[in-house]
Amino acid sequence: MSVSPFGVLGSAPVLAGLDPPYWAATLIKVGVVAVLVPTTALILGIVFLFKVMSWMQSRLGPQEAGPKGLLQLLADGAKFIQKQDIIPDAADRFVFKVAPMVVLISTFLLYVIIPAGPSVVVESLDTGVFFALAMSSVSVIGILMAGWGSANKFALMSGIRAAGQLIAYELPMVLAVVGVVIQAGTMNLNGIIAAQADFKLFGVVPFPLFLLTQFPMFLVFLAAAQAELTQPPFDMPVAESELVGGYQVEYSGFRFLFFFMGEFATAFAFAALASVLFLGGWSLPFVASNSDLYTSTAFWLIGPAVLFTKIMLVSFLIFWFRFTYPRFREDQLQKVCWKYLIPTCLVWVSFTAIAKVVW
Amino acid sequence: MPKKPQIPGKGMFIGLGVTFKEMVNTLKPDSKGGGPVTVQYPHEKEEPAPRSRGVITLFEENCTSCMLCARECPDWCIYIEAHKYLAPPRREGGKPRQKNALDRFSIDFSLCMYCGICVEVCPFDALFWSPEYEYSEFDIKNLLHEKERLGEWFETVPDFEPYEAGSEQKVKKVPG
Amino acid sequence: MAAPVSERDQLAYISNQAADARVNLEFESEGMTLNMGPQHPATHGTLRILAKLDGERVISCEPMPGYMHRGYEKLCEVRTYPQVTTLVNRIDWLGSFANEVPWILAAEKLMGIEAPPRAQHIRTILFELSRIGNIALFLGDLGIQLGGITVGFYAFRDREHVLNQVEAVTGGRFHPNFDRIGGLKDDLPKGWIAETKAAMVKVQKFCDQVEDLLIGNEIFQARTRGIGIIPPHVAESYGLSGANARGSGIDWDLRRDNCPPGLVYDKCDWTVWTHPDGDSFSRSWIRLQETREAAKIVDQLLDTIPSGAIMAKVPRIIKVPEGEAYVATENPLGEMGYYLVSKGDLNPFRVKIRSASFNNISIVPWLCKGVYVPDVISILASLYFILGDIDR
Repeated sequence: MSVSPFGVLGSAPVLAGLDPPYWAATLIKVGVVAVLVPTTALILGIVFLFKVMSWMQSRLGPQEAGPKGLLQLLADGAKFIQKQDIIPDAADRFVFKVAPMVVLISTFLLYVIIPAGPSVVVESLDTGVFFALAMSSVSVIGILMAGWGSANKFALMSGIRAAGQLIAYELPMVLAVVGVVIQAGTMNLNGIIAAQADFKLFGVVPFPLFLLTQFPMFLVFLAAAQAELTQPPFDMPVAESELVGGYQVEYSGFRFLFFFMGEFATAFAFAALASVLFLGGWSLPFVASNSDLYTSTAFWLIGPAVLFTKIMLVSFLIFWFRFTYPRFREDQLQKVCWKYLIPTCLVWVSFTAIAKVVW
Repeated sequence: MPKKPQIPGKGMFIGLGVTFKEMVNTLKPDSKGGGPVTVQYPHEKEEPAPRSRGVITLFEENCTSCMLCARECPDWCIYIEAHKYLAPPRREGGKPRQKNALDRFSIDFSLCMYCGICVEVCPFDALFWSPEYEYSEFDIKNLLHEKERLGEWFETVPDFEPYEAGSEQKVKKVPG
Repeated sequence: MAAPVSERDQLAYISNQAADARVNLEFESEGMTLNMGPQHPATHGTLRILAKLDGERVISCEPMPGYMHRGYEKLCEVRTYPQVTTLVNRIDWLGSFANEVPWILAAEKLMGIEAPPRAQHIRTILFELSRIGNIALFLGDLGIQLGGITVGFYAFRDREHVLNQVEAVTGGRFHPNFDRIGGLKDDLPKGWIAETKAAMVKVQKFCDQVEDLLIGNEIFQARTRGIGIIPPHVAESYGLSGANARGSGIDWDLRRDNCPPGLVYDKCDWTVWTHPDGDSFSRSWIRLQETREAAKIVDQLLDTIPSGAIMAKVPRIIKVPEGEAYVATENPLGEMGYYLVSKGDLNPFRVKIRSASFNNISIVPWLCKGVYVPDVISILASLYFILGDIDR
């Protein structure tokens, strides 16, 4: 049972030796998250949605806005913000307006517990993983609100599909994480990273990733994340060729921007979770968790950089599946979840529990 | 009959391989046979085929205002105005010849459907195809090309290509 | 006596009732009417499909074509024969040369003219090239409808090679306007045969890519196997043709069985593909195989083009003698036929265009009873119609 040595340090950001009052610290944290969410959405959008997708399709992607087209999303964002705010006549105005914000709030809350270094985290909760999974399910309400409030049959169908799908795929996600939590012995994300850094296979061979012992769970987590983001092959709610945008179909301008940002920022957050849980987060391979490197000031830059690299790797996987596969039908989607993913999880969790006791 | 993939999931793996290979191919430099298929217009431009139907040009010397092109056009987009005049006789003591003089010859490219019937039907080889395609306008009335503009396109008409082996067609010549 | 109700209260009461009524109307438990309206990504153009749904199941489904009717048959009555050839390109705009062929063959039948062998040969080559262009786009579109957008890009990319070859010969990528009564307009430019052979190699590679990426994909198979099964007798009674009929096991191909004189399919070695299942997968698979066959046919024909004239002796002004003729060919979409009635004028008296897609979508109401909404998309994608062909 390893208790995280970072549990003490990580409870408040150490701001160059200053110890700000509670209100100031809260404001700073809110500001950091508010800046981080659009930035990560931007990075992911440009790199994967524009560039990598284009390369996979033998083309170049946007080239004109900014050097090699890298500022295209900024231009898109500016375009969205200055558009007219159109609300359909028959729409339920309050529900329609609030829906994108609900989705975005769940994304903001996800960023609170992601650690970019031993003490670079907005709030290091002891129920880290549990909090993350709980907050990610808030977005379901937002999608349902959007689907209902749009007064559009296509949006309604999409909202109902989304409700079924997102609630169903919560389960494999939770179960996939249970194995990791059992192996690490804590739900605190920094603690899980420390456990990975110190992990020894069979008690003998040092192996710094949970990826090996939890490989099926990694795949299940990726699949569940894909489903939670309503991305192909699980994108029935936003099936472009049937529902033409699904629950987002009546949204334009900055409300659509919220949905878009929410989708990509959540993708980033899920990739971050996957890197932390399975790939070791900000820890470098074969460096023990009590090494001095982790508490040095240089690690303020190295830690986030390492995490960012791992996030990019996982995102590449997520988006690679997105661009290659056609989409499942809704009932096939549910079948995959209930008949294949959940039994796999249950079997592996029991195996992990036994292995934890033995070794 | 198509083979069912033996290992469940094998088809999905192969699919992933296809997109990954394509991505690598797109990022390879042109010298190694890779590169995207995008031609970055307007910085780079593709060469259209010589027979490409871009714009119609008029070689005014050959035109006798026989009006065949205007009659055969399915859209009636060629407007011709001509008048008859008496040309001096070819020899001394002969009759003055009646000839047509072309006043106005214009093609409305907003109506033209680029079928080529006018070019084909002209008995005097006065109309030619040119592969030029960059003549978009901001105002639709500027798409009505008058005689002078049609004549300006004539420099861009490529020579007729030689034919494949086995053909009995004679290669036509572009006048002038 | 009750207090007088103010106008404002009255209006509020009425609008509340209306709002409730609207809600009740939309969610009556007998079914929801979903209008996959003229603008929809899945309907290949302006086709309106009126579907009554019960949850996600379709109770009844009615396609309503006609948004793209351009009055072709009437237009043909007031145009001369070369002008009609130009118009006819635009019926099935993806495989445009294929539309000209049965028209020209019908006119040639009435005039009693036969095109020289070289022209017949090249006509067949261009016919097969248009088939490749059309079906390659179908394969890409199949991916796009089902969510795998990458295949669509590959289809457009590799179709370019075919279009470039068509442009090199005819001058137009989409509307060649190249077939003439008695032969073709012009001969092949130098180097075309070698370039086209290279293009066919790329087409074969594209077919392999589609097989790896789409047809062999388990998700695609789960979406299309067992969906939209058409038994052979139903296919015959609805008049399906082309790959839709062959997908149900009917071994009928007009290129082999009833080839009109003027095309040289008997001079090359090729197979007709059928599949017994009759579901969306079999139709898609057959079309993939047809693309490969077409590339093979073009390859063989390119090696054996006879030398000679490209055009028979035809009068300058074409007047087709009196009579009636019907010629049908195996177009990329199915069987396309022209019934030409001539009274000896410059214009045809009546032209009836038998288009393949009109019959192909007539089966949609029968086929879509009781399927899920995503299956409707898969069925429409696999039946493959072009709106210009349905509505003319």
